[in-house]
Amino acid sequence: MTHPAVKNGSYDVERIRADFPALAMQVYGKPLVYLDNAASAQKPQAVLDRIQKAYTSEYGNVHRGLHYLANAATEAYEGARETVRAFLNAERMEEIVFTRNATEAINLVAYTFGQDRIQPGDEIVISIMEHHSNIVPWHFLRERYGAVIKWAPVDEDGNFLIDEFEKLLTPRTKMVAMTQMSNALGTIVPVKEVTRIAHARGIPVLIDGSQGAVHLDIDVRDIGCDFYVFTGHKVYGPTGIGVLYGKYDLLAAMRPFNGGGEMIRDVFEDRVTYGDPPHKFEAGTPAIVQAIALGAAIDYVQSIGKARIRAHENDVVKYAHQRLGEINSLRIIGNAKEKASIVSFELKNAHPHDVATVIDRSGVAVRAGTHCTMPLLARYGVTATCRASFAMYNTRAEVDALAQALLKAQDLFA
Amino acid sequence: MAAPMPTIDEIVENFSLLDDWDDRYRYLIELGRMLAPLPDAARTDANKVRGCTSQVWLSTTVEDKGGEPVLRFLGDSDAHIVRGLVAILLALYSDQPASHIVTTDAVALFDKLSLREHLTPQRSNGFRSMVDRIQTEARDALKADQAVH
Repeated sequence: MTHPAVKNGSYDVERIRADFPALAMQVYGKPLVYLDNAASAQKPQAVLDRIQKAYTSEYGNVHRGLHYLANAATEAYEGARETVRAFLNAERMEEIVFTRNATEAINLVAYTFGQDRIQPGDEIVISIMEHHSNIVPWHFLRERYGAVIKWAPVDEDGNFLIDEFEKLLTPRTKMVAMTQMSNALGTIVPVKEVTRIAHARGIPVLIDGSQGAVHLDIDVRDIGCDFYVFTGHKVYGPTGIGVLYGKYDLLAAMRPFNGGGEMIRDVFEDRVTYGDPPHKFEAGTPAIVQAIALGAAIDYVQSIGKARIRAHENDVVKYAHQRLGEINSLRIIGNAKEKASIVSFELKNAHPHDVATVIDRSGVAVRAGTHCTMPLLARYGVTATCRASFAMYNTRAEVDALAQALLKAQDLFA
Repeated sequence: MAAPMPTIDEIVENFSLLDDWDDRYRYLIELGRMLAPLPDAARTDANKVRGCTSQVWLSTTVEDKGGEPVLRFLGDSDAHIVRGLVAILLALYSDQPASHIVTTDAVALFDKLSLREHLTPQRSNGFRSMVDRIQTEARDALKADQAVH
């Protein structure tokens, strides 16, 4: 269904904003300007309603009961799986595993698929832009199994250097794990090309779509990756739900991650046999309502259209580059040719912590800190940055509010 | 140092005269600039207070004054606002007897200054950890003192 805000080729951002109750808030008596979307997005009414409806009239435990409500919950939960499949253009529903978040999805792959392939001295190639969630699970393999982590670099502007990436691959490379879009710089990585290069050497590829799934069109079959992960709360869905896509044959061959109910076929005193994907990886009662509401969030995004959202966000982020570029003491970190929705910056004479604290009083919410990307910040010689990150509902007027708040901050710390 | 650090009572009084948040932050920044400098030698890993957004250091020396341990603190941060908060905290706690420190509640003071939000756990800026560390060091000093006497 097409959202009324985008009928006739228009993009009525005010109409979209009206769907998000939190955006009408005032903080400190000022209209909220929410620019921390890369951390987590606000939720549309459709998602809130879906949560309410699920708990009100469709709630029971999934896959176990033979009663009306258990069936209703199972149908809605599996329906959400189909929605996610279509969102990623995966071939089969069974390739979609629900997890707690993207972090858990990456850990799942590292602990099962990764661990089983790693001998001391084997290499895992990631990029310097990775979020800690796509670093630390591989560090575990380094600490415990002697894996070697190699880092694909970026240039000064934050462009991903595909030739340098290719040079890192050796016969000992057992895994490539790469972000699709940097949460700190906004850089878009050509993941299809990355996958092609790795696959040419028989190296499996995991793509971290935590940011990418929100802003870019995703087609896992076109990308060709073996695994793709994303999280629900950044794509306007609830917290506590994430997704692991894996090619079916790989999932089927992998040993399980968590053990418990739901993931088994038979349990005996002396042995146990496991179920098939995806249930093999969904031990225990899953986040039923969160999965259902994630489905509603994806339906909402699709009703507006990823391409329209991206065009709108590109306009806003371009305007942000222009407005922030006018502030003398401000330095933007990350000017990659291919980037989306995120502007990291620092103000001279002020720590990002200072800047975020002060502009908060103008109602402007940004993130200050390491963005869970300490290796990347070290590459740029900074310990923290401020980050404004944009979503489908942000406006040029909000960029103006950010610029104005920053000018005030600049004055305060002069 | 350009101006001497005001006492905690002076700070509380000055804050009470400031209504606008930007004036309050301006004063906070000013207090940070008055903070006694932390020698480079004290910027050690051990003196670093763990935090996410900004870096905070705290160095402590304990002296016996009239049979009672007195703690002197020096601190710093790379963020102006946090440095200002550190200045207030040191005005409250530095050069005070350990027995006074353990019974003096920083949260109550920051409440009074309407700066309590900076002490909430979600402000993972190391500042909260600094308060905890000061309290721990004062308790340790008391314990060590009791062991001797």
